[in-house]
Amino acid sequence: MSAGSETRAAGELLERARSGDRRALGRLLTFVEHRDARAHGLDDLVHPHATGNAAVIGVTGAPGAGKSTLVGHLVKEIADAGQQPAVLAVDPSSPLSGGAILGDRIRMDGVAEGRAFIRSMATRGHAGGLALAVPGALRLFEACGFGPLVVETVGVGQVEVDVTRTADTTVVMVAPGMGDAVQANKSGLLEVADVLVVNKADRPGADDVRRDLEHMLDLGHITGVTEHWRPEIIMTTATTGEGALKVHQAIQAHRAHLAETGGLEDRRRSRIRQEVADRMTRRLEDAVTACLASEPEELAEALQGTRTPASAAAALMERLVR
Amino acid sequence: MSGVPVDPVYGDGPMPGEYPYTRGIYPEMYRSRLWTMRMFAGFGTAVDTNGRFKDILRHGGTGLSTAFDMPTLMGRDSDDEVWSAGEVGRAGVAIDTLADMEDLFADIDLGAVSTSMTINGPAIVALAQYIAVGDKAGVDRARLSGTIQNDILKEYQAQKEYIFPPRPSMRIVTDMMRFTTAEMPRWHPVSISGYHIREAGSTAAQELGFTLANGFAYVEAARAAGLDVDDFASRLSFFFNSHSDFFEEIGKFRAARRIWATWMKERYGATSERSLMCRFHTQTAGVSLTAQQPEINIARVALQALAGALGGTQSLHTDAYDEALALPTEKAARIALRTQQIVAHETGVANVADPLGGSAYVEWMTGEMERQAAEILDHLLELGDGSILEGVYEGIDNGWFVGGIADSAYRFEREVNNGTRIIVGVNAFTEGNDSDDGGANLLRIEQDTEDLQLKRLAAIKHSRDGEAVSRSLEAIKSAARDPAVNLVPPVIDAVNAYATEGEICDTLAGVFGRYVEQAIV
Amino acid sequence: MPEDQNDAVTDRSAPIRVVLAKLGLDGHDRGLKVVARMLRDAGMEVIYLGLRQTTDSVIAAVEQEDADVVGLSMHNAGHLALAPRILQALADSDLDVPVVIGGIVPEADVDTLRDMGISAVIHPGASALEVADAVRRSVA
Repeated sequence: MSAGSETRAAGELLERARSGDRRALGRLLTFVEHRDARAHGLDDLVHPHATGNAAVIGVTGAPGAGKSTLVGHLVKEIADAGQQPAVLAVDPSSPLSGGAILGDRIRMDGVAEGRAFIRSMATRGHAGGLALAVPGALRLFEACGFGPLVVETVGVGQVEVDVTRTADTTVVMVAPGMGDAVQANKSGLLEVADVLVVNKADRPGADDVRRDLEHMLDLGHITGVTEHWRPEIIMTTATTGEGALKVHQAIQAHRAHLAETGGLEDRRRSRIRQEVADRMTRRLEDAVTACLASEPEELAEALQGTRTPASAAAALMERLVR
Repeated sequence: MSGVPVDPVYGDGPMPGEYPYTRGIYPEMYRSRLWTMRMFAGFGTAVDTNGRFKDILRHGGTGLSTAFDMPTLMGRDSDDEVWSAGEVGRAGVAIDTLADMEDLFADIDLGAVSTSMTINGPAIVALAQYIAVGDKAGVDRARLSGTIQNDILKEYQAQKEYIFPPRPSMRIVTDMMRFTTAEMPRWHPVSISGYHIREAGSTAAQELGFTLANGFAYVEAARAAGLDVDDFASRLSFFFNSHSDFFEEIGKFRAARRIWATWMKERYGATSERSLMCRFHTQTAGVSLTAQQPEINIARVALQALAGALGGTQSLHTDAYDEALALPTEKAARIALRTQQIVAHETGVANVADPLGGSAYVEWMTGEMERQAAEILDHLLELGDGSILEGVYEGIDNGWFVGGIADSAYRFEREVNNGTRIIVGVNAFTEGNDSDDGGANLLRIEQDTEDLQLKRLAAIKHSRDGEAVSRSLEAIKSAARDPAVNLVPPVIDAVNAYATEGEICDTLAGVFGRYVEQAIV
Repeated sequence: MPEDQNDAVTDRSAPIRVVLAKLGLDGHDRGLKVVARMLRDAGMEVIYLGLRQTTDSVIAAVEQEDADVVGLSMHNAGHLALAPRILQALADSDLDVPVVIGGIVPEADVDTLRDMGISAVIHPGASALEVADAVRRSVA
């Protein structure tokens, strides 16, 4: 297929997806995720329809904190409010095989009962891949009329935390036991929190977790705290949905706060800046790989020892940038 | 066979019938009373199964064991179009309303038989229906004798036949324990089942450790509900799997008795002897049966049955050789029964109590099983901050049980794959695999059963007093909201109004929520 | 310069995406879980739906997840009733996605299932290699 016909195919799919064809949207998400040739030009087609106005909510926390169940209740609240939620559920790929078991959908859909578009996404190893796929997928969702958009990630690893950081509002979940406040603080999760959720509120120890969080907020351990915004701590029981409404309200309150203070525009700009940086990095990496694969003279000299690696790199970079 | 006289028991140290009961719970074991040969029945409509029950009673049986169909086990009515279509009356009997339970036990004196009901999620409804049938026939509740499986904890860990989340489910179980303790002294309100944990792929030690943990969790829950341990512990019973690793299984059974007795005495302060005895039913491992060369399953079942007998089981179910393929045919079910009759009457294992006691290997294996189970119990105590019950909740919630079982199942599968574990007919000795009949003689339940049950249910719904049904369901709803109220009486009222099982479960789910599993793979 | 906007080389080796589920009320998921791990270890992405799925929830997952293949676990001899249901539902949604069935299926029924349009039947005891091959072949 020529690039032109691929663009046409993507265009047709986008038209179908925008008129409510979920399967077409599912296919386009694959294009975005694979950076497939068929997705060629898709970004240009999507751009006019993606205004960047859809609220993006990040939800993260340790494994077992109850994220998927809470997201299920959250999107149900969103749907009840007459909106069309979509979810990107990100799970790690196996570093050994590259495969993945994506299991967030079970609990999410078990609660949301088909009222949200849910897409599971694997991190697929290469750092940065996810950073490109997520914003592309979110724009696509928005172009098809979805919003608010929820991105769920496991709160381990820099890539996941970075993805969450790009949201308008980031919800960090902790629970008594495995994913408690102290551990979440250590892993840097609390730093990105705009809303804090203590799940398993029916559990002994939940109040202790709440106290720990209050304490950390007081001590300024949570850098998201400004004089204008102190993350609200909400107690939930995800298994019953208790507290989900409050979480939804807190997210809306945070968004209203951002809108008032200009923070929304700041976040939008930093998100775009980050994506441009990520895409540049990716191009550079690809260019470096291609350059070295072509066995340039400078590399050969470095290998022979007639030139320092630093000098070879400097010369090659100059050529690349030009 | 040669007629050499033998003593009832050999060896020294704690003997069978003595604490901690490692060697058996009775001094003479099968010399005084053989294990009960229990076989499952249940198919089609209640009328069909009632016929099978009467056959069993006519042939001298006194125990009735009921298998329910999947919709009944999951709290769904036969007319539930999404969930029940195609499954009504297939794997067991369909029970929607009290009318079905009345038909199931028509012309059977509930005061004279012992009934076992294998049901968990909606167990409270089945028990209420059974009580209501007895009430109507004028049988005093104190005379009702039997067992309801009602082991909800292992559902989240292995069998997956849950309805509500764990905590409200445990409230239902403790309500049932309180009710039966007060009114039904001959009823066993929970049969703590490792069988399904093993079938789901656990190791023998996991089966042992998880099951005992669940048992202790029920004890802690019942004590928290205000019951005295000696008032109910003697009516707790266990249900284990007998798999193919012969000595490991025997060690597992012996370790189960020893751990249960020690913990009940030392940790839970039980004083009555009967509270310390781990009584259990055993079933051969369904999962070990192969679809390849199905006849060779008869040999597997025989050896597993022998392990159960040498392990000191109180009752035994032997699987039919064709169960890997479908529901057992009558012939296969008969061969299964004959197999354990051979073990009981021809092999001589019943002549001496704990004939393997004192074997260096068997004693070591018993200790090894005990050690591994202790590790599991320790971990749960740590998870639960000193409470097994809380530890079990946490282990369910964080996927520890399910993940541990999945790991073991995967390891087993890999061993079969790479040939380090031999399964005859599967990865070795496969000559003859093509000779099976291709399933031509398998038992297949026809669609007629479902149509018939749908008509019966429609008729009941038409003839009952709709207002009374709504009122009784409202009463269940308000009882569910108040943890101080026992749910059993309002559920009995509702079944008497011919509310369906599905209606009652939906009402409870409205308050408690429905459990959705986590993807712990 | 639009031809330059594609950020990277086309990723032709994108993993096969498999929706794994069990229809109906039966709760036996041991085999399903083992297969999920086998496929992950073979480099595939498994969207694990697990137990108690309806044809509707499977179809929704296939659409939203853009699955390449559906794997269904069958038990209790339900295959002859359930297989046509899922095939019909896929056809009704105009989805041309192969279906692989795993579980105990009597030899006599395997051909019947194939004739209905089931791509492959995986029996208990199949090796990880055989399972992954069956899935790959059904997609190819």
